[in-house]
Amino acid sequence: MLTLSPQDIQAIWLSAQVATAATLISVPFGFVAAYLLVFARVPGKPLLEGLINLPLVLPPVVVGYLLLLLFGQSGMLGAMFHSLGLRVVFTLSGAVIASAVVGFPLLVRSIRTGMEDIDKRYLQASRTLGARWWDTLLTIILPLSGRAVLAGMTLMFARSLGEFGATIILAGNIPGVTQTIPLAIYEYTNTPGGDRMALTLCLVSIVLSFAVLLVSESISRKFRQRAGQ
Amino acid sequence: MNLEVALRKNYGKFQLKVEFSLTAKHCGIFGPSGSGKSTLMHLLAGLLKPDEGRIMLAGRELFNSSRNLNVPPEERRIGVVFQHAHLFPHMSVRRNLLYGWRRTPLAERLIDPEALIRVLQLDHLLDRGVNALSGGERQRVALGRTVLACPRLILMDEPLSGLDEELKYQIMPYLKKVFGEFDVPLLFISHSLHEMRMMADEVLVFEAGEVRDRLPAEELARRNLVTGSRGYANLLTLSAPQPQGDLWLYRWGETPLVLTEPGGMGDNVFELAAKDITLFKRHPEASSARNILPCRVTELFGVGNRIGVELDCGGNRLICQIVPESVRELDIREGAEVIGVIKASAFRRLY
Repeated sequence: MLTLSPQDIQAIWLSAQVATAATLISVPFGFVAAYLLVFARVPGKPLLEGLINLPLVLPPVVVGYLLLLLFGQSGMLGAMFHSLGLRVVFTLSGAVIASAVVGFPLLVRSIRTGMEDIDKRYLQASRTLGARWWDTLLTIILPLSGRAVLAGMTLMFARSLGEFGATIILAGNIPGVTQTIPLAIYEYTNTPGGDRMALTLCLVSIVLSFAVLLVSESISRKFRQRAGQ
Repeated sequence: MNLEVALRKNYGKFQLKVEFSLTAKHCGIFGPSGSGKSTLMHLLAGLLKPDEGRIMLAGRELFNSSRNLNVPPEERRIGVVFQHAHLFPHMSVRRNLLYGWRRTPLAERLIDPEALIRVLQLDHLLDRGVNALSGGERQRVALGRTVLACPRLILMDEPLSGLDEELKYQIMPYLKKVFGEFDVPLLFISHSLHEMRMMADEVLVFEAGEVRDRLPAEELARRNLVTGSRGYANLLTLSAPQPQGDLWLYRWGETPLVLTEPGGMGDNVFELAAKDITLFKRHPEASSARNILPCRVTELFGVGNRIGVELDCGGNRLICQIVPESVRELDIREGAEVIGVIKASAFRRLY
């Protein structure tokens, strides 16, 4: 019989919180980044693109370490946060930031592909009908890339559920505070006789990820029906 | 319309260099594909930036390279009907139609959506998604959407070429009605001579990125009698169709005409090739052709072995194409009385 300890339930709850927060916080930034990459005529686009995609190719541990340097007490942002009375390192916020940074490239990639698929002549039509760029963005680009945004959110959410390397460096592995499912599994595998508990959490992880996929698929179908595609 | 254009645009190997001003209400840009018609449309609408030049519409400067002025498309108030409608796929017919209308300042909303929707017969489609529409319906919605933005000028870029032959002419009455009832200047871009004659008063002929000619649409059609492969086609609007045995009797003004084509629900516009009309000096006592019309010659034109004869048939105008030998033998000259003979099956329904 598979049973979950109170610590496991806490880890599941924390994982859900971290993944949801990281995804929701990233969506507006991801949308803007994708818009800039696809539509805007800005100098240094390749640089921006490289910067966004860097966490995708770097080992998560390296990302975590860089974040630790940035948000540590003597780090650039860390000092600023500290003066505001905020702490990132070894807190839930740290776990959210680690997940957000690692998952961000996946989100942007997905939204970007969706935006590139929009027929540019819709944008021309909207402009000749009197819509300014922000109006076109809100009434044409946003709804027509809705499916891609959703797909990106799913990817990012799933990536956040599995995030380990950057999280353990920036947020640590503190049960009840920053210990998410992967960290809890890691701890169980290092504990004699913890295999069974690790397996239980693996199953929970599979069920959670599968549920996310199902929900995303059904919402995506609704989008498709609406757009008649 | 008061449109003044002087533009140059290099596009790879292709160069567009035009200078013209238009004052007629409905103008056409005619030319083969690749002649720069669509590029001009994009330049006028502001979707493409010219290398240099100037665009003035109704006294307002829209582009001037020397002053570094380039009014963006959303502020030009130039509407575009694209070749393939490009209706917004995530919106209903109603939201598509009202997209431009809602973005038009109150004082400039000169067209009543209800009236336009009635003319375009779109009432029953308003709540549908645009993906469920037929090709013709899509193009009607696209036209409505553009007209409702109350633009100072509408550009139509080959709006009918995406439709099959039959549908094409079903749209034509809507186009004519919309531009007849609502006072919007039109620049109609097409490679179809028929469409030019139906939609435009004055035509600019484009070739290899330049304006080669400027003439009334009728003149362009007459020129085709001489140079084109299909010759001249008369466009006849007939009325009051009545069955007569196996055939149909129509009225062409005061003149009755017998056709094999049955009377339809539409406007009964028929095409009659100039070469399908035979001229006789005297009334042929017996003929298999069903239409024998006394006419008077009003003009002769053309060169080489093709002569166009303009006829006045009871107040209606008809162009017939014959060879120079016939002109000599029948002694056809201005003012001469002749008999035009047309088979009942020579008429082809357009719409």
